[in-house]
Amino acid sequence: MDTQNAYRIGTGAGFSSDRLEPALDLIRHGRLDAIVFECVGERTLAFGHRDRRTNPARGYNPLLERRMRAVLPLCQAAGTRIITNMGVANPRAAAQRTAEIATELGLTGLKVAAVTGDEVSHLIGPDTPLLEPGCRLSETGREMLAANAYLGIDAILPAIEAGADVIITGRVADPSLFLAPMAHHFAWQPDDWGTLGAGTAIGHLLECAAQVTGGYFADPGHKDVPGLANVGFPLAEVTADGGAVITKLESSGGLVSQRTVKEQLLYEVHDPSAYLTPDVSADFSRVQLADAGRDRVRIEQAGGAQRPEQLKVTVAFDGGFLAEAEISYAGPGAAGRARMAGDIVAERMDRLHGSNGPIRIDLIGVSALHASAVDYPDDAQDVRLRCAMRASSEDEAELLLWEVEALLCCGPAAGGGYRGHITPSVMTYSAFVERGDVKPRLEILPA
Amino acid sequence: MKSSVPLRQIAHARSGDKGNRSNLAIFVYDPEHYEVLRQQVTPERLQENFGGVLRGPIKRYELPNLHGLNFVMDQALEGGVNESLNLDGHGKSWSAMVLALEVVLDGTE
Repeated sequence: MDTQNAYRIGTGAGFSSDRLEPALDLIRHGRLDAIVFECVGERTLAFGHRDRRTNPARGYNPLLERRMRAVLPLCQAAGTRIITNMGVANPRAAAQRTAEIATELGLTGLKVAAVTGDEVSHLIGPDTPLLEPGCRLSETGREMLAANAYLGIDAILPAIEAGADVIITGRVADPSLFLAPMAHHFAWQPDDWGTLGAGTAIGHLLECAAQVTGGYFADPGHKDVPGLANVGFPLAEVTADGGAVITKLESSGGLVSQRTVKEQLLYEVHDPSAYLTPDVSADFSRVQLADAGRDRVRIEQAGGAQRPEQLKVTVAFDGGFLAEAEISYAGPGAAGRARMAGDIVAERMDRLHGSNGPIRIDLIGVSALHASAVDYPDDAQDVRLRCAMRASSEDEAELLLWEVEALLCCGPAAGGGYRGHITPSVMTYSAFVERGDVKPRLEILPA
Repeated sequence: MKSSVPLRQIAHARSGDKGNRSNLAIFVYDPEHYEVLRQQVTPERLQENFGGVLRGPIKRYELPNLHGLNFVMDQALEGGVNESLNLDGHGKSWSAMVLALEVVLDGTE
């Protein structure tokens, strides 16, 4: 494999709140052609819509300002194109803010592109079937806030062809953010399914940043990762046939091994022979991995078949409020007192406040995460009670916080460390729309 | 000689989410243990051990080239990240919890 002429693409963020320093290192020392900041998930898209509802000029990634201020000068100096879905629920406002930041920093000649058209609420109606509840939209009894289709590389390619230095999108399939610049560089054809599938596998490996370089992997004594505190973000050296070497900067911490690559290859994947994106039905089932030096793993033999005719849509609804409140118990009998406190809260909420939704009671330190799946021993001496419920109003949510705080005087012995918070929430379900009905748009903002 | 060991001794895992569906990929460190994994870690076994939370059907995909299995577990996340009252609405911790399962090695691997 000729890695001298490889296309070098790196990851600047693998989720909305990802770290910034590894991205800066990668831009400074990685000789990158492009860097992708992937910042949208089901949860963050929902938050974006919530923010945009409060302030129409927002709804993009809250770290956009901080990231762009640090990254724009470095990328301009290195000649590295930026592609990001940090536009979240408002790509146009994100692009405008980015152009303003470039001006404030004294950068000239930067072309900032906004890719829109993923907002498709006009295509969703009361009769639209929703996948997971398995009902029609009108049957949810909830107010639809927004609907976003997953766009593919065909939405991003025009921005690259227009010479944009910074491309900001809303909802785009994560691997497409990476596939678009590779496909453009190597002039991969839109129906070259095998190569698009191979490029999608590379994008999928890169899209969660440190998750392929030793992050989300370490288990001391079983899976050791050197220098995790200084973990580097990944880069791929991609060749024209769709093969690649996944690696990281030598100066960074972390680990790229067949193990880290395997774990990430199947992360959030269902049928490995049919990983559906707007671009291709990618096939990861025959992938071959090989060591190619220290912290270098070669991936080959990913393939693909024709892309799906429909596009997946995330439909967001008002989800009311999430109320969460906690209090701790320690010493002998801690678990018993925490359990009693939880029962008291549940009884008071039911009897005094007529609360009808479920109240979740967790004993953190005994059983909390997927608690009802396993019986754990009950002799813990440092236990935090967590109570959680959903409420349709903030006032109703306050009642739970009040009852948990009241345990301080009206609950079992020696409870302390009360904290409570209320989070406005958004729920999301999936639907499908016809590809031809979705019209991606491009706007270039000079900076 | 037969011996029973926690799955964590021979395998590593990662889980991810889409809505209320969780996927759990498990890989053996040593390719010689792939058959142990394949024969002993089945959808039925997961249902039996974690059925209180894994409420839907479980489908398994085999990846002999990667020496791993991918489990796709429906209705496994109490509604998913935007709906669940579970602290771990993404189901990130499934990958660690599953490694507590015991597997039997017959000593010939």
